[in-house]
Amino acid sequence: MSRIDGPVDDALLKLGRHLRRGQVGEDLRTLHQIGGRRGDVFYRDRWSHDKVVRSTHGVNCTGSCSWKVYVKDGIITWEAQQTDYPSVGGDRPEYEPRGCPRGAAFSWYTYSPTRVRFPYARGVLVEMYREAKARLGDPVAAWAEITSDPDKRRRYQSIRGKGGLVRVTWEEAAEIVAAAHVHTIKTYGPDRVAGFSPIPAMSMASHAVGARFISMIGGTMLSFYDWYADLPVASPQVFGDQTDVPESADWWDAAYLMLWGSNVPVTRTPDAHYMAEARYRGQKVVVMAPDYNDAAKFADEWLAPHPGTDGALAMAMGHVILKEFFVERETPHFVDYVKRFTDLPFLVRLREHDGGGYVPGKFLTAADLGEEGEEAAFKTVLLDRRTGEPVVPGGSLGFRYSEEGQGRWNLDLGDVDPTLTLIDEEEAVPVSLPRFDPAAEAEDGGGVLHRGVPVRRVGGHLVTTVFDLLLAQYGVGRDGMPGQWPAGYDDPAVPYTPAWQEKITSVPAAAAARIAREFARNAEESKGRSMIILGAGTNHWFHSDTMYRAFLALVTLTGCQGVNGGGWAHYVGQEKCRPITGWAQLAFGLDWKRPPRQMIGTAYFYLHTDQWRYDAHTADVVASPLGSGVFNGKTSVDLLSQSARMGWMPSYPTFNRNSLDLADEAEASGREAGPYIAEQVQAGELGFACEDPDAPENWPRVLTVWRANLLGSSAKGNEYFLRHLLGTDSSVRAEELGPDQRPKDVTWREEGPRGKLDLLLSLDFRMTSTTLFSDIVLPAATWYEKHDLSSTDMHPFVHAFTPAIDPPWQTRTDFAAFHAIAKAFSTLARTHLGVRKDLVAAPLLHDTPDELANPHGLVRDWRETGQTPVPGRTFPKVVVVERDYGAIAEQMAALGPLADRLGATTKGITFDVEAEVERLRRINGTVHGGVAEGRPSLATDVQMCETILALSGTTNGHLAAQGFATLARRTGTDMSGLADEHRQITFADTQARPVPVITSPEWSGSETDGRRYSAFTINLEHRKPWHTLTGRQHFYLDHDWMQEAGETMPVYRPPLNTAALVDAAAGAGDGVAVRYLTPHSKWSIHSEYQDNLLMLTLSRGGPTIWMSPADAARAGISDNDWVEAVNRNGVVVARAVVSHRMPDGTVYMYHAQERVVDVPKSETSGRRGGIHNSLTRLLLKPTHLIGGYAQLSFAFNYLGPTGHQRDEITVIRRRSQEVDY
Amino acid sequence: MTRVMAQLAMVMNLDKCIGCHTCSVTCKQAWTNRAGMEYVWFNNVETRPGQGYPRTYQDQEKWKGGWELGRNGRLRLKAGGRLRKLLTIFANPLMPSINDYYEPWTYDYDRLFSAPVSEDTPVARPRSLITGEPTKIRWSANWDDNLAGAPELAPADPVLRKVSGEVKLEFERAFMFYLPRICEHCLNPSCVASCPSGAMYKRSEDGIVLVDQDRCRGWRMCVTGCPYKKVYFNHRTGKAEKCTFCYPRVEVGIPTVCAETCVGRLRYIGLILYDADRVAEAASVKDEKALLEAQKSVMLDPHDPEVIAAARESGIPEDWLEAAKRSPIHKLIFEYGVALPLHPEYRTMPMVWYIPPLSPVVDVLTNTGHDGEKAGNLFGAIDALRIPIGYLAEIFSAGDPEPVRAVLRRLAAMRSYMRDVNLGRDRDESIAAEVGMTGETIEEMYRLLAIAAYNERY
Repeated sequence: MSRIDGPVDDALLKLGRHLRRGQVGEDLRTLHQIGGRRGDVFYRDRWSHDKVVRSTHGVNCTGSCSWKVYVKDGIITWEAQQTDYPSVGGDRPEYEPRGCPRGAAFSWYTYSPTRVRFPYARGVLVEMYREAKARLGDPVAAWAEITSDPDKRRRYQSIRGKGGLVRVTWEEAAEIVAAAHVHTIKTYGPDRVAGFSPIPAMSMASHAVGARFISMIGGTMLSFYDWYADLPVASPQVFGDQTDVPESADWWDAAYLMLWGSNVPVTRTPDAHYMAEARYRGQKVVVMAPDYNDAAKFADEWLAPHPGTDGALAMAMGHVILKEFFVERETPHFVDYVKRFTDLPFLVRLREHDGGGYVPGKFLTAADLGEEGEEAAFKTVLLDRRTGEPVVPGGSLGFRYSEEGQGRWNLDLGDVDPTLTLIDEEEAVPVSLPRFDPAAEAEDGGGVLHRGVPVRRVGGHLVTTVFDLLLAQYGVGRDGMPGQWPAGYDDPAVPYTPAWQEKITSVPAAAAARIAREFARNAEESKGRSMIILGAGTNHWFHSDTMYRAFLALVTLTGCQGVNGGGWAHYVGQEKCRPITGWAQLAFGLDWKRPPRQMIGTAYFYLHTDQWRYDAHTADVVASPLGSGVFNGKTSVDLLSQSARMGWMPSYPTFNRNSLDLADEAEASGREAGPYIAEQVQAGELGFACEDPDAPENWPRVLTVWRANLLGSSAKGNEYFLRHLLGTDSSVRAEELGPDQRPKDVTWREEGPRGKLDLLLSLDFRMTSTTLFSDIVLPAATWYEKHDLSSTDMHPFVHAFTPAIDPPWQTRTDFAAFHAIAKAFSTLARTHLGVRKDLVAAPLLHDTPDELANPHGLVRDWRETGQTPVPGRTFPKVVVVERDYGAIAEQMAALGPLADRLGATTKGITFDVEAEVERLRRINGTVHGGVAEGRPSLATDVQMCETILALSGTTNGHLAAQGFATLARRTGTDMSGLADEHRQITFADTQARPVPVITSPEWSGSETDGRRYSAFTINLEHRKPWHTLTGRQHFYLDHDWMQEAGETMPVYRPPLNTAALVDAAAGAGDGVAVRYLTPHSKWSIHSEYQDNLLMLTLSRGGPTIWMSPADAARAGISDNDWVEAVNRNGVVVARAVVSHRMPDGTVYMYHAQERVVDVPKSETSGRRGGIHNSLTRLLLKPTHLIGGYAQLSFAFNYLGPTGHQRDEITVIRRRSQEVDY
Repeated sequence: MTRVMAQLAMVMNLDKCIGCHTCSVTCKQAWTNRAGMEYVWFNNVETRPGQGYPRTYQDQEKWKGGWELGRNGRLRLKAGGRLRKLLTIFANPLMPSINDYYEPWTYDYDRLFSAPVSEDTPVARPRSLITGEPTKIRWSANWDDNLAGAPELAPADPVLRKVSGEVKLEFERAFMFYLPRICEHCLNPSCVASCPSGAMYKRSEDGIVLVDQDRCRGWRMCVTGCPYKKVYFNHRTGKAEKCTFCYPRVEVGIPTVCAETCVGRLRYIGLILYDADRVAEAASVKDEKALLEAQKSVMLDPHDPEVIAAARESGIPEDWLEAAKRSPIHKLIFEYGVALPLHPEYRTMPMVWYIPPLSPVVDVLTNTGHDGEKAGNLFGAIDALRIPIGYLAEIFSAGDPEPVRAVLRRLAAMRSYMRDVNLGRDRDESIAAEVGMTGETIEEMYRLLAIAAYNERY
């Protein structure tokens, strides 16, 4: 028997043995007690609860996790994850237990001291309102007086964000809000009203109810996906699709995985396990990240390119793949794929360039070969290898809408074998190609490369293939090709070799080449199971579209796109509202009025926060040295207005007059509204509001923010918002443009307006920067207090929110709040507005024949040509809509007649929903009396959810089947078997358990038979074209502006401000100049949870900036010191986190740390430190404004300028450690 | 005659841990979000290298937790035996102060509503929950997460200090991993042995170590005695509290909160049978590096008929014996040999074990054209992984690199073997043989590590 301790201890223990119950071991060190466990009761009590309610979190992440909410004595106690997801089949990890620490900390908010319990309003405003209303006897008149009196305006606007909120009743709050809306519509027009609420997928009914109200009164809903810079513009450019990606369980299928700028453990916490586990299947993982991040921990290899230079690495990898897998050895799988599914075999006309030689021009089309008919210009041409003759294969845009295209819009090639390269032709000519890498200027020929391509003449046109152009672009030489080619991989001078990228990225050339080779070899062996997960680290840059096109080239060349386990996996933003058709029908009030007003958010805020007044970044900065100069001397705002007047992008407020009055005027003229308005504009009688955005009649007047924290999170150029949109104090430090820098087509007013908005209304359950600056704050129910629906791109389920408790205090669901507002509005509107006609100007839309408006992507600006603008061709479409303003509340609460009369359309497929409407009459009941007599009821949130599910193919198998039948008529291919289930998912189903969705033509992949979702599998397997010009995935974009920007093909463009970084470093004084990045945080989902005590306790308790030891040393900063980050846009005060996992020269301020928690006053400004976005400012990329041409046509959240924020620099210095709040 | 006892045990696969802290939050929310327990996290997650929670708890020269061998070769509490305990009962210096954990705080959130019209935007500033005064936050429950402050703070990591020669805290060589921790529910618990009141006990049926809240007198000797610092003092009630292995849940057949909510799916719970009478002997093995094998020798094979007979004799019910046979814990420790205990040198016989993590290869290897796909290279690369084996060995095998290396080689072999399966190539038995396994065992292990659903993990 082994003994412990010594004899004295033993003696003590032996004594103790007699004093205890239970059995003591022979070594005297174990004691086993039986019974007598009253002392344990505490924990049993603590664990006991009354009920568990299933719900989820409506936060802007992509989790959509199912949670158990525990309730005891009517109080929410805590939450834990549900683990009962339907099985994925047993051969791969299941979804359980999705969740993350942020979600697990959510219930803290329910009873927290930051919970908004009552309606609040700005005290000064309320006093003025009450006084005016008492005097004038009318809410609308009262609002009109306050907002038109400059002194009164100033009094409440200038104290926005500075405290002074008072409690008001719901009735009074709703009345003021209603009065503001009515007055604005009456005086300035409905498009001066706007709503901002992002990511419908995170709580569909809560989004839809507000968007429905805004849309039905003629207000403007602002886009978010592009505004958040989450939209990868390359996706519409290459795929003609917004974004479609694999669910996380499909990572499992990948045999090679690159995580590029995506920190999966942090940003996709519930999904990360698939990556960790797939490694055990032998998946190789490579992480590209500038810092040693959470994902790098899982990698086999970690490559750390300098921030924003990822495009260079991707281009070099493309170089290696083209050389080794296409030129040195033809890889059959790859060649076959690119011939059938990409534009690489299509012919491009070469154009002689003024500077000599040739440049790539437009796609050769059937029209160029003499075919008649409007669509001929949209039928692209390739050469048949068997005959050497040009062929017009089906599937291009010319077959999508035309009569003769019926049954031919498909990817069938028949016997045709497309010619990929003209290398066997005798002739080759040099083409000039732009380069933008930093060395370009220093090299011979400046920013232009001259490289040969093989050519031949077809129909009198000198042509080559996209593939041949691509080889030239990537610098992959072939025998006999004239021009400058790299000597080898180790040639550092010429794009795009591995050695060339090493100079830019710091990634060793050998590593770049080897990873590219491995990636492609894996794709070859696995038939396409190589995947790239992409994240905000690569997507939030000014030139992210060029980066992305370089990434997409890697997965497309290797035949990975459209294959389970392969392709791109872009995870930035929760864009996938799976029951999209039903949601869109309700959210935009399409069942009552069409079209709705939908605006590109970035342009809206760029204009109306007056960031354009500071933007010296002219459009010619992006121009190619080979461009024709159409951007010369133009500012971004000039191009924005050009885009608007040509009908490319939407523009709201649209005209400089009230659209209700314009409708009356047009009617009075006795002419068709469209031509009348076009003529008025051409004659200068009527102007576009965006051409004079600072004129008071063109300001946005009322903005409602719900399910969002604009001013604490997404507002790039935050300080400009405060100064110009809100009219309160700000820390803007930049100077406005000098006289020679100002726009040509947009009116410059000497005084930039302060305080454009009359009313900022927000609905939230917690105090944020947005609520602090709002004039009225309405108390919202949390996600544990309402009914709603959730879905995500990361998993294939749709499931429900269910209230665990009723909304406490005076909180209300968004549904109840907007219905209260609508009722108050309708009451006032009945007399003040009545029934009015509203003239809506709508842009040329994607997935409609509008995208045929501009053949060859030629710019036809009527103002420059002097031609009469044609609505729907060279001018926005003009539509007159009738609005019964007194009946808005009634209409909101019922499904309107246009649903069954016109159907519901998604991505060009129109669903006939007559039968579903009839079914909804039975399920929801019908409305009795009023304007909605006999229509299905939408009076409750549950009815709204039920309707969303009933009107979408993903949740209604009848519609899915119908949609595929419709699609098959157009494609002529077999779509059977995709949606044979005819399953109908009800709201009750989604409450019981997450329900797998149904394969539907609303999306491009298939879940049929329990298959994991991957994008574009339907395209590959059912030969359905992509929604692009050629109907294939595009490497080449021939629009005039793409040529002007030098971005017809994948190309490397460096981050902006690289030169400014050097300047700032020189003048940094006692600070250090660094690149400033705002990646997504481990402790919050955007701003949500960054104020949560649990998350603050697990991190550093307030705003921090991460920096490298060397940068810290340069500025004399120690870990946890207070620091200030200052640049032209504003000031941030935070504490430093010094870590060697950070690269030198770059700091991170994790997104989105706002000003509500532990932000002291700044030494620099004397004012409260700002949010992470106080240091950023918007810049528009002109190519994002293209419209009216094939896949480069507008759709909401599909195409538009992005609000990128990564190309910024700042100076950081140590400040006094004594801080003052 | 062997006295067989049953023990609930856990294995955490650190190779899968994403460091998300969901386990910490769900545990905190369920058990310790109450007055007196603000600073307490029954479950916490530490970034390594780092100081841990409480700070430097692994420095037993400082904190004197766990057991040591006396000159006579007998086990004794490192902080001193019973006699010393009695003599120092009123003034125990070997205890972390609140600053070693962290000073809990909250914020003046109310200002966001109540601020009158002022010069500037209202803000919620931090306020100590101990003093009620405004405070500058200097430490938290997880201050050095993800290498935060590492250049200044990590040199104090007691584990890093032992291998400081091998480790440089620089960008090019950066490494980290996460170490989630709960109470170890040791077979030889030094906290229980330290308690002067007899309030701490190890449950006979499942080995869960608990504090009897009625009997605890708040002497806090358990806090000192536990080398993992997983017993906490409730400042409100004056009693010790600790992780209960969620007994109100496991008693009704559901796993612990931390395990069920682990989104990395890296926690396994199962029964282990052990020979209760051999615990002290095994814990007294002289060579610290032999403690791992000694502890394994105490744990019994649930398939062995003699063990089964003895277990029945000891009163262990039939369904528990079945559970022990199915135990993923037994498989991971014995059949696959990939789990290791946390600091066996503390001689407490901890029952929460870990699979050590793989990590990226260092760039040096990348630059030489290393091909990570080749099985041979993978094995060669084990010593070139970013996380130094020596560092892992100081945590999981009393400084002996061999057990850690063996585990990492098996994980690497599994990946290499399964890659062939994944790509439809022939299975290569030689890979399995290289690490003393068969292809079949590798595939079983793969299933448990990669796929195992809820019912297979617990």
